[in-house]
Amino acid sequence: MTEILGVPVAVLSGQLMLGVINGAFYALLSLGLAVIFGLLKIINFAHGAMYMLGAMCTVLIFDAFGVNYWVALFVAPVIVGCFGILLEYFLLRRIAGQDHIYSLLLTFGIALILQGVLTNIYGVSGLRYSMPEMFRGGMNLGFMFLPYYRAWVIVAALLVCFATWFMIEKTRLGSYLRAGTEDSQLMQGFGINVPLLISLTYGFGVMLAAFAGALAAPIYSVSPVMGSNILIVVFAVVVIGGMGSIAGAVITGLMMGVVEGFTKVFYPEGSAAVIFLVMVVVLLIRPSGLFGKEA
Amino acid sequence: MANTTTQADIQQSIVQQQKSEQRKKQILNLVLLVLLLLAPAVMYPVFLMKILCFALFAVAFNLLLGYTGLLSFGHAAFLAAGSYTTGYLLSNFSGLTTEMGIIAGTAAATVLGLGFGVVAIRRQGIYFAMITLALAQLVYFFFVQAPFTGGEDGMHGVPRGHLFGLVDLSNNYAMYYFVLAVFLGGYLVVQRIVGSPFGQVLKAIKQNEPRAVSLGYNVDRYKLLAFVISASLAGLAGSVKTVVFQLASLNDAHWHMSGEVILMTLLGGTGTLLGPVVGATFVVNLEYQLAQGPLGDWVDPILGGIFVLTVMAFRSGIVGEIQNFMRKNMS
Repeated sequence: MTEILGVPVAVLSGQLMLGVINGAFYALLSLGLAVIFGLLKIINFAHGAMYMLGAMCTVLIFDAFGVNYWVALFVAPVIVGCFGILLEYFLLRRIAGQDHIYSLLLTFGIALILQGVLTNIYGVSGLRYSMPEMFRGGMNLGFMFLPYYRAWVIVAALLVCFATWFMIEKTRLGSYLRAGTEDSQLMQGFGINVPLLISLTYGFGVMLAAFAGALAAPIYSVSPVMGSNILIVVFAVVVIGGMGSIAGAVITGLMMGVVEGFTKVFYPEGSAAVIFLVMVVVLLIRPSGLFGKEA
Repeated sequence: MANTTTQADIQQSIVQQQKSEQRKKQILNLVLLVLLLLAPAVMYPVFLMKILCFALFAVAFNLLLGYTGLLSFGHAAFLAAGSYTTGYLLSNFSGLTTEMGIIAGTAAATVLGLGFGVVAIRRQGIYFAMITLALAQLVYFFFVQAPFTGGEDGMHGVPRGHLFGLVDLSNNYAMYYFVLAVFLGGYLVVQRIVGSPFGQVLKAIKQNEPRAVSLGYNVDRYKLLAFVISASLAGLAGSVKTVVFQLASLNDAHWHMSGEVILMTLLGGTGTLLGPVVGATFVVNLEYQLAQGPLGDWVDPILGGIFVLTVMAFRSGIVGEIQNFMRKNMS
């Protein structure tokens, strides 16, 4: 029982865990995309940049003010979320209701600016962020070694995903959000402040991305370019899952992380490409995506 | 009776107006052509060729975005497919003449375009953009890892060779007029397509896809054909670019390149024939000027800024805005 298909169990489960962690980040990011898409009907091309801002912010407020990890985990998303609300208010709102291509290009331009400016200031090599004291080390589960921080990432990501699901499906604010997704004009007619709701939704989606970034800061290399590649993968995840349901986005994200982890064990060269290949297969068999409703 | 005469008069004046507009356009095109023919006398031919290659790339892209309403975020893949195929063939088979290498590169991009098209056309709107972006990333990974591409370094020292085995293309002027001929060929193809009944259907799809479906058009087939033609012209641009610079690089395959061609088209004017050419000229020039000056590292944020500005303030692009202005003030 120490080997499965010729691969040691420790290696397999280790990669599997890394896969679940990547999957947790995909889940958080695609969840944010789906929330924004639901109400605003736009694809936020700046989502990767927001993830990057979350991570950068965590590092920078630590360097400048010595803000500790737990505070940063809360403060960084709030800062980035506020920034997102400003973007929505001053730019996105002005082109609302026009061809979706324009909002996509606008957010792409914003991403280029953010990434480019920060690259000029901090370079691409990456900043260091030291692991919080209490997360150093890990425990031996018998068949594998589990670092504490990685376990925490999975727990935290799943908690936030669950909280988001709960908020959208079970609370009054969430019911407004779902109603707005169906017909925002009618809702405006009922006296609900839709423009405010849109701002908050965009801010919240961006916050989820920044939270993922803050969570990633201690384990991934923090640099201005960290957002662009992961964003393309998340797009593929979103195409695979469809943006119809919250749970669908989360499940697809985790699943794709695991698929990627497995590929790393059996065919390392293909691990970067496997999610895109899954996307192609899904599109050929079920064009609306695994959890999608619309054609 | 009086009523019919006035109607005939109006019709006649419309016909006359169209004729005079057409004549104006012909004169403009003629002037531009003469300028392009004379340009190498005053400007560095290699720089001009760079502009022409990117202009062809943008013209190809515009056939999709401007005339069919499809936003592809993966056109870099076709540029790179043409580029790498031509580079590989010309470097390794010395018996090949240059135009054969270019034709093979274009063919490779066409096949790739067919593959992309079949998959991506299954979804619409923003999904289409995301799918093409993801597929292009797949192609990027392929070019990074494939044994013949030279990985991160790319392919260097691709020989320019002889056109039809006769004309020595290592001469920059010979090369320039060849590139100009290819560019004009591509431009005329797109012009012809846009003016044809096929092009009218594409425009109908752009304006109202459900209606085009209800009129009985097989919309997917039209979109696929437009996509393949666009991919193949983009591949042609990549092939020629490789011959000009004797270099195929990973930059051509990066998503950044897909973004750049969108910017060129948008800035110049989507849905206008000359727009992409103007946009490409502007962007290539801008990048060159910035690289010379102290702002060399700020190309990306500046391009991003232009993106934001164009989308917010003048969405018709340079050529589109000029056309709007003329229409308002000259009729």
